[in-house]
Amino acid sequence: MKTILSEQQIALTIQRLAHQVLENHLDLENTVIIGLQPRGIYVSDKIVAQLQKNLPGKQVQYGLLDITFYRDDVRRSLHVPNETSINFSIEDKKVILIDDVLYTGRTIRAALDALLDFGRPAKVELCVLIDRRFSRQLPIQPDYVGKVIDALITEKVKVLWKERDELTEVIITK
Amino acid sequence: MKLSTRHLLGIKDLQPQDIRLILDTAKQFKEVLQRPIKKVPSLRDVTIVNLFFENSTRTRISFELAEKRLSADTINFTTSSSSVAKGETMLDTVNNILSMKVDMVVMRHSASGAPHFLAKHIPAAIVNAGDGINEHPTQALLDALSIEEATGGLEGKKIAIIGDIMHSRVALSNIYLLTKMGAEVTVAGPPTLIPVYLKEALGINVTYNVREALQWCDVANVLRIQLERQNQPLFSSLREYNQAYGITRKMLDSIGKKITIMHPGPINRGVELDSDVADGSDSIILQQVENGVAVRMAVLYLLAGRES
Repeated sequence: MKTILSEQQIALTIQRLAHQVLENHLDLENTVIIGLQPRGIYVSDKIVAQLQKNLPGKQVQYGLLDITFYRDDVRRSLHVPNETSINFSIEDKKVILIDDVLYTGRTIRAALDALLDFGRPAKVELCVLIDRRFSRQLPIQPDYVGKVIDALITEKVKVLWKERDELTEVIITK
Repeated sequence: MKLSTRHLLGIKDLQPQDIRLILDTAKQFKEVLQRPIKKVPSLRDVTIVNLFFENSTRTRISFELAEKRLSADTINFTTSSSSVAKGETMLDTVNNILSMKVDMVVMRHSASGAPHFLAKHIPAAIVNAGDGINEHPTQALLDALSIEEATGGLEGKKIAIIGDIMHSRVALSNIYLLTKMGAEVTVAGPPTLIPVYLKEALGINVTYNVREALQWCDVANVLRIQLERQNQPLFSSLREYNQAYGITRKMLDSIGKKITIMHPGPINRGVELDSDVADGSDSIILQQVENGVAVRMAVLYLLAGRES
């Protein structure tokens, strides 16, 4: 087991990601944030908090999306759904999808399908904390990346959060 | 986590954690039903046949809608327009349909145990949509979801099931489910419509006084008088039934507490339930119908997920 990002590094990375989002979206006037269930919401919660800090007096539109029903492996194994809550229209909005690890790209493929059932966004961008860039099975690339990790397929990259895993860090295990 | 069973034949075979999983999944499907596009691709490679050997409107439509919302392919079958009318046996009918590569069967039959028979003989997953006077598991599950929404939970809640208990598969499934989930159940109705063994066999309370049951309960699940299942009359007349066992606004007002009113439909208005009660503010009858689609989506989804 090896630590790739410490708690402090994660905090700095999240700050940077929030600033990069603002560079492209300024006051988030026509932009909404969607965190992917179940683990992506820990990153998105923190990015949204940071955005909120940078835009005092403005309400950042923030929703949670679960993609269980859009998975392409329903017949292989059963997944229990999590909460989805998108209480605003995404029609013609710029959407920023946030997840913790981008790996095969299948989750994001499903997320795009799910998102389109809520309306037709003007643009969708992807923000991830970790990009395992050589493990992709679908042609999907992130717009905002916390850290790129070139891990072997046999290795596992895990993002741990204090809220559920006792401490916050990104680790890689064999 | 997955269901401990391959088929949904009845609530009797389910574990409390199965019931919890179905209800929690149904809550997520309720959210899907609020979206602009109320459809998910989960079961797009699954073919489901709806075998209805007995008449039904809302259960069949509800299942069909649930299947379509999950993107499954569906085939509908009713006996009146099929070779059953020519004397084909049920097993032959089903085997023929299965030869066309069907993954799941949703079945309603007037004979108790018919889906259990099928489950022993064919490889597809079977969902019981009501068998005779035995069970109607998806109705009990949607009732449970509706009770949870109306009262905040099942454990410790007092539920009265009122009316034609003897002929009601809804009553039996409800009793199994509610007692498994820690609710208290009282059945009420005319003595001729309540089997005498019920109290000992299922550990529930029995009363022949509807007012007494209403005074006790948080939720009243009122059942339809099933005249079509009665070979000989078990009470004198519908008018007298209404006077002795029907639920009226006046009766509820005189009890003076909030009682959530449920009914699996179709309602005999003016018999078991007066219109002003059925349509009143404490009635959740239409929510039950809405929850039916979500619960059936959850059941089909969870059973399809077991295929390999």
